[in-house]
Amino acid sequence: MEQEKELQVGFVGNPNCGKTTLFNAYTGARLKVANWPGVTVEKKEGALKYHKHQFKLVDLPGIYSLTSYTMEEKLTRQFILDSDVDVIVDVADASALERNLYLTLQLIELGKPVVLALNMMDIVQERGMEIDLHRLPEMLGIPCIPVSARKRAGLQILIHTVAHHKEKRQAILEHQHPEREVPSHHRHNHHEEFAMVYDDVIEDKIDELTERMKTAGFKSSNYRWHALKLLEQDEEIVAKVGLDLSDIIDRSYETDIINEKYDFIEEIIEECLVNKQTKAAMTDRVDKLLTHRYFGLPMFLVIMAAVFFLTFFIGDWLKGYFEDFLGWFSGAVQKGFAAAKVNATVTSLIVDGIISGVGGILTFLPNIFILFLALAFLEDSGYMSRVAYVMDGLMGKLGLSGRAFIPMVLGFGCSVPAVMASRALEDPADRRRTIFVTPFMSCSAKLPVYVLFSQMFFGKSAMIAAFSMYLLGMATGIATAFVMSRIERRAKKDTGNPLLIELPEYKVPNARTIAIYVWEKVKDYLTKAGTTIFIASILVWFILNFGTKGLVTEMSESFGAIIGRAIAPILSTAGIGLWQIALALISGLAAKEVVVSSISVLFGIGNASSSAGMTELAAVLAEFGFTALNAYALMVFVLLYTPCVATIAVIRRELKSVKWTVATVFYQLFIAWLMATLVYQVGRLFF
Amino acid sequence: MQEKNLCSAVIGGVYQVREMLLPRATKMRLTALGLTAGTQVRVLNNKHSGSVIFCVRGTRLAVGKKIAEHICISGIK
Repeated sequence: MEQEKELQVGFVGNPNCGKTTLFNAYTGARLKVANWPGVTVEKKEGALKYHKHQFKLVDLPGIYSLTSYTMEEKLTRQFILDSDVDVIVDVADASALERNLYLTLQLIELGKPVVLALNMMDIVQERGMEIDLHRLPEMLGIPCIPVSARKRAGLQILIHTVAHHKEKRQAILEHQHPEREVPSHHRHNHHEEFAMVYDDVIEDKIDELTERMKTAGFKSSNYRWHALKLLEQDEEIVAKVGLDLSDIIDRSYETDIINEKYDFIEEIIEECLVNKQTKAAMTDRVDKLLTHRYFGLPMFLVIMAAVFFLTFFIGDWLKGYFEDFLGWFSGAVQKGFAAAKVNATVTSLIVDGIISGVGGILTFLPNIFILFLALAFLEDSGYMSRVAYVMDGLMGKLGLSGRAFIPMVLGFGCSVPAVMASRALEDPADRRRTIFVTPFMSCSAKLPVYVLFSQMFFGKSAMIAAFSMYLLGMATGIATAFVMSRIERRAKKDTGNPLLIELPEYKVPNARTIAIYVWEKVKDYLTKAGTTIFIASILVWFILNFGTKGLVTEMSESFGAIIGRAIAPILSTAGIGLWQIALALISGLAAKEVVVSSISVLFGIGNASSSAGMTELAAVLAEFGFTALNAYALMVFVLLYTPCVATIAVIRRELKSVKWTVATVFYQLFIAWLMATLVYQVGRLFF
Repeated sequence: MQEKNLCSAVIGGVYQVREMLLPRATKMRLTALGLTAGTQVRVLNNKHSGSVIFCVRGTRLAVGKKIAEHICISGIK
């Protein structure tokens, strides 16, 4: 009977090979997501019990190889070599075996027990391909288990093999090279020990290097691997070994080693893969349309319009129910407190501050939920990488990545999900630029302000005035992205990432994968962004309801008003130097929709949105000398200034840096002030 | 055998990769995806603004102009 010590298993594999689906199939809800120490790469751990065995499963990031060029690769390498992991499960997409084997060979060379999980076997069958499952383990020297994570087939056999493979009872390696051009004269017949055997020159050098390392006292559990890395001139290992080996390593053997690996892979494919699929798969046919020179872009816009529609129209419809419930709940609490004779200040804090604030968090939830559902669907189906391709040329000219297009489009609805969607961008500089730019895409909450003021002051041209805001926002956003990318390029911070992306086969999205993904994002939003919004709402409530004398009944006596009066002079250069407007803008930090209602309250108008209210408001403002030009300047300011607290909270969350978040806030305030001032002052010369 | 790069490849054409004049990190990434000197590629799409989609060892890759113009290829009958 096997001892009941916990077995540590690491899941490794290419991106898009179904590794995560397989991992989730084993761990289900018992998942723990954290970060690898010191980096922003996610670490997923789960537990599993099978028969008498207890497993700890670790999902490593998707990688294509084990060089030391990316964080994910270095991490995986380190994890396998240094940690207590007992067995590695190499998840490979069996329908794309040729490429996946490159990683497999590298994993085997690391020396720890490896089990190859041939995933997506159902697709292999569908296409009439066949893999010789008897010959493959003989050539690789490791167990090869067919599975289908999607259909949940082969899962038990895989984990059973893993449990027993710890002792590395090796499959018999039986490997004959077809007549080699140059027969081997190497001392050892490595074919009995190693799956991957190189030509004599390299094998000789491996022996010499091993000897050298041993003599120099360098301890290792795997000299062969270290020797190979030295021959590849892998920076990390060269530094780690720290010996002068220039007499043995006359040049880099990296290309030779890689080519020989691929030669071996070709042999394996030749022997083990039957009926290598030749006819154009469904994927190519769909791609002909979706990545078409002329149709690709329109198709993408249609799909985006659908996502947009779902997120905002259906989301808003659901949002309506939330808001109704919130209103009812808030009213009920108020009545209840009044009946229980609760202190008025406390009631106000709870109802106007907390419930209103938390409610604010919840009202965004339907939009966020639907958005991520749609995005998960597109991502899992394989379409997202096509988006990067289609938008690449255009976005590249603007200093943005192709994938940045989606967050920007979503920003027209609401900045919160838009900023969250920027997570899809791999490159941090890219992500930062996108997050800076997204809030300039005028969100739907700002629309009431445009509608109100353009109808009041622009009459027939109201639509044009409002629409010009959208154009101005986009122009500012694009200019910002352009300038930022130029600056970063000059500071050599930006490597000018050219597009390099794999386009996986299209597949039917997996419900389970999507459910887990969406749940994680929603949970994320509720906890992290939620706490900030909660606190900020209380603060805003406080400054609007308290003044130097304590609780105030007139907003004009509140701290907010004091702050508003202090700020007003700065705004006067833009023609909006009224303390009520300043205060309304401050309240807009809670949520942009609040700007209109604040203006109504502060100027003493009942319902500013009604036509009677508008006439009244226009009259009141006219008394202050407020004309169409001032109104336009105000709209510009509202368009560009700092987004609502919810957005700031998610920006902070996505950028993971207070410094950059503060930079965004100040940048937007500055640009808003600058543009509004420009508009007003230049306008004054003409009108 | 003419010297040309991936940007000028014809849609549907099959070519052999001669060399990749790219920074090491990019080259390694492409290698891990199956692209090595001497490999055959089949071009699936080519936006003459630069980005190309091609198939190598059963994998579909999309690369931008800066990469495509540094992958030297020769035509295969």
